[in-house]
Amino acid sequence: MAQEKQYIVSTSPHAHSGASVHRIMLDVIIALLPAVAASVYFFGWQALRITAVCIISSLAIEAISRKMMGRNLGIGDLSAVVTGLLLALNLPPSLPSWMAIVGCIFAIGIAKQLFGGIGYNPFNPALVGRVALLVAFPVAMTKWNDALNPDRWSGLAWAVDATTTATPLGAVKTALSNTGVIPTDLLMSSKSMINYMLGDMSGSVGEVSAIALIIGGIYLLWRKCISWHIPVAFIGTVAIFAGILHAVNSDTNMPISFHLLSGGLMLGAIFMATDMVTSPITKKGMLVFGVGCGLLTMLIRRWGGYPEGVSFSILLMNAVTPLINRATHPRIFGHVAKKAKTGVNDK
Amino acid sequence: MNIVKALFKSQGGIHPKYNKELSRDKKIETMPIAPLLKVSMSQHLGAPAKPLVKKGDLVLRGQQIGEAAGFISANVHAPTSGTVKAVAEAPTAIGAKIPAIEIEPDGEDKWIDGISGIQDWKNADNKELIAKIAEAGISGMGGAGFPTHVKLSPPPNKPIDTLIINGAECEPYLTADHRLMVEHAAEIRTGIEIIRKILSVKTVRIAIESNKPESIEAMNKALADIDGDVEIAVLKTEYPQGAEKQQIFAITGKEVPSAGLPMDVGCVVENVGTTLAIQDAIINGKPVTERVTTVTGNPVTSPKNVLVRLGTSYTDLLEFCGSTKNDVAKIISGGPMMGFAQPNLDVCTTKTTSGLLFLAPKEVYNYESMPCISCGRCVEACPMNLMPSELSFMLEAEEFAEAQELNVMDCIECGCCSFSCPAHRPLVQHMKQGKAWVMLQRRKKQ
Amino acid sequence: MTTAILITAFTIGIIGLVCGIILSVSAKFLAVKEDPRIGEVEELLPSANCGGCGYAGCADYAKAIIVDGAPINLCSPGGADTLAALGKYTGQEAVAGEKMVAVVMCGGDNTKASKKFQYNGIVDCAAAASVAGGDKTCSYGCLGYGSCVRVCPADAIEIVNGIAVVHPELCISCGACVAACPRDIITMTPASETIHVFCNSKDKGPIVKKACEVGCIGCRMCVKLGGETFVMDGFLAKRDYSIEVADEIIVEKCPGKCIVNTKQSKTTGESV
Repeated sequence: MAQEKQYIVSTSPHAHSGASVHRIMLDVIIALLPAVAASVYFFGWQALRITAVCIISSLAIEAISRKMMGRNLGIGDLSAVVTGLLLALNLPPSLPSWMAIVGCIFAIGIAKQLFGGIGYNPFNPALVGRVALLVAFPVAMTKWNDALNPDRWSGLAWAVDATTTATPLGAVKTALSNTGVIPTDLLMSSKSMINYMLGDMSGSVGEVSAIALIIGGIYLLWRKCISWHIPVAFIGTVAIFAGILHAVNSDTNMPISFHLLSGGLMLGAIFMATDMVTSPITKKGMLVFGVGCGLLTMLIRRWGGYPEGVSFSILLMNAVTPLINRATHPRIFGHVAKKAKTGVNDK
Repeated sequence: MNIVKALFKSQGGIHPKYNKELSRDKKIETMPIAPLLKVSMSQHLGAPAKPLVKKGDLVLRGQQIGEAAGFISANVHAPTSGTVKAVAEAPTAIGAKIPAIEIEPDGEDKWIDGISGIQDWKNADNKELIAKIAEAGISGMGGAGFPTHVKLSPPPNKPIDTLIINGAECEPYLTADHRLMVEHAAEIRTGIEIIRKILSVKTVRIAIESNKPESIEAMNKALADIDGDVEIAVLKTEYPQGAEKQQIFAITGKEVPSAGLPMDVGCVVENVGTTLAIQDAIINGKPVTERVTTVTGNPVTSPKNVLVRLGTSYTDLLEFCGSTKNDVAKIISGGPMMGFAQPNLDVCTTKTTSGLLFLAPKEVYNYESMPCISCGRCVEACPMNLMPSELSFMLEAEEFAEAQELNVMDCIECGCCSFSCPAHRPLVQHMKQGKAWVMLQRRKKQ
Repeated sequence: MTTAILITAFTIGIIGLVCGIILSVSAKFLAVKEDPRIGEVEELLPSANCGGCGYAGCADYAKAIIVDGAPINLCSPGGADTLAALGKYTGQEAVAGEKMVAVVMCGGDNTKASKKFQYNGIVDCAAAASVAGGDKTCSYGCLGYGSCVRVCPADAIEIVNGIAVVHPELCISCGACVAACPRDIITMTPASETIHVFCNSKDKGPIVKKACEVGCIGCRMCVKLGGETFVMDGFLAKRDYSIEVADEIIVEKCPGKCIVNTKQSKTTGESV
């Protein structure tokens, strides 16, 4: 039948801010670039390899599982790239590629697509991938390279066995369980402070450089992709908790600066805990979430079996996110609380 | 008489591109009477008016042709003199079909006899003034179209202490109210004084957004020597500062209770256009037969603020403003945030037509219903403090009763949530569906 | 080592025991007494839980049969077998109703009916109908956004070229689609009937013609030719299914091309 010119008709509003999921994901990727650059600088080819493997396999798994589940969304929203990148940054640089791929299968295939795809996953996919690997391959997942290893750019570096050194957190934990006190060489000096800030220590690919992560965090704050609530609450809680422990007994507890700069705290607090899908929606809820993450992290670091607790704490808090949302519903305009002072009393 | 900043800031809100420069400095132009006027019987909130004329009747300008049907309804008058061609159903801006009176103008534009105002309104009885306003068929000209005489007759148990004149015009693109304040400040002042007398309120605030310095200046000048507690309250430029509940909060700090009316917190809010219409009715005795509307949008060759007769079709209205120079993808009756998209230009101007907006293809975005990523931007933007993400999730699954529990009825459909949503979810449409369901349940119960 | 295992086993055992006791006690005291016959009747029902009988699922219908003495012939998905079984169980006489199927009374697909605008929003018929009256020029026609498809428990409805089509062989006559359609286009008709008026438009002829190539223009040709089997509802012809169609010539003669024999159109459809 002959058709006249048809206009588009929808409900209001007819204007839009221009925000899109694609753009948010792109911003997260941009924000992670300094950390990726730092990791390549410190760990060489290994970091590049693991990052590339994770991104490519995440995209592939995303595409395959979406096809299998009959979801017509493409991979254009870049969320799989973000997940792959975050997982890579959470893995030891020397991890074999096939293990990284297994991690991606857990992250994308199970933690994300089985739960319904983007927006429906209750747990942070990258962290599920990491924790699955940690449980499945405990040895490989705790084998760390030295940062700035002179061999890091030699062609076949990934065939070379990692020169296994413990992460600072791991070293402290081992020393504590063996001798009960922290050896003097692990205590923080101003030199080690600077090294920790820059990232000159062993650890996961992307967690080492606090400076690079903070630059990324500032970019995300500026782009309004994250709000300050979760990182500040998370890091603040860790700082206060560590401060109290250190004040109580400085022989067995490391100072605040050590807890803030070592391990995955910066990466976790800025990039993992702030994942929109798995963190609370309300600002109040975000504060609760951040404090919870901080408390759990310190509990695990101080008393738990693992030296590091950021991943576990975020995953545990992910589980209670719906409850936090429910408990922190904002007061709706015009629904006057009992002790409100506004003049709505002429009824 | 002072200019003060609004004291309070309601939460939420957004900062869209205002695009007011397209028509902000264009003087109001009077449009010649179109060859055919279709005067809708539903130009206001509430029951459509009852037609009083039939095919072949001769009518004069200002002659009553539709009678208010019920308490919340308003009279309709002939916008010019001429012959009634038909009384037939015509589409309205929201897509309904409502009886309209088609008038073929005779070109003489002759007023009906006996048009006279109440010159001594200062000493007149309030009942007489309200009756005159009701007779003139005045309804809110900001967009919602609530019959004004009802608003001006609050029940005795709701004392009114504050009158707010709404000149915020927070909808992007629209500039009709702005031009009214710039060009007709003196008449608006008289209108304010009349309403102040009817309601016998002491406090009067004229609410204007900070992006309209010219309006503020013009109103300030016109109100310079007014007595009593009258102030211009400058609102932060932010959508939706023109929304009744948000505006009352910004100025008085009082929250209109859920499901309540401004009168519950002692306020009455009148739009500047309505205030002007009240002045015209009381001083000159003229019913509403025309209004100022903004025809705008990037595709329009010459965007204008037009004084147009009610019943003028959108086709004629566009023609007066030139044409569309490039492709149009969307036509909106009203502003871009709360206006209604039109399938064509068949609809005719009513008392609530605040603007006619044309959008080019690249200015239109599509709703896509992608999954919510819980970014919380809608929660941050919602001026009513609702959780649109959660509500839309429920409404998508048709869990209407749960949505009702989460107060979907408090939604004012301002569009801030959809505007901010990166997943391009049709959040406002979900809310509308939810509200329609609740209304249906309530009707069933009755 | 052994002690650790023993302690663990013991603790777990104790927890299991306590839980078991709590469960069995609560099963005894919190049990809801129910007529055993309800469960037995439920067994006879097809467990489609479609709600077509007017009750909230098979269990509710079973309860209604036993407690309220509801008629036993309400279950359409079960058909004659279920009815016979229910009749045997309750001792009631099993009078089978005729098998009914849902039919979408609109033929205006994308090639035949025009649209007045491009709709953008929630993919749902009720939502689409509330935006400027729906995107179809005809304000009575099938919008094709699949609200009926989503409620159909038997997956018997499909959107073909912009309108809903019921596959009669899959239809379990639950009536869920009839309730879901915001335009009341879907009607339950006897399964044996294949001649329908595929139009729902009450508009006058010229308006219908503008909107759709296969609309009822209210010419009354069918009433003249078909006798009492067609009746006029304003400007819309409707079938009276209680009277059989005497002469199938009307299918070809209908000037609006809206009287369709689904049997024929299906075979021609396959040959095309």
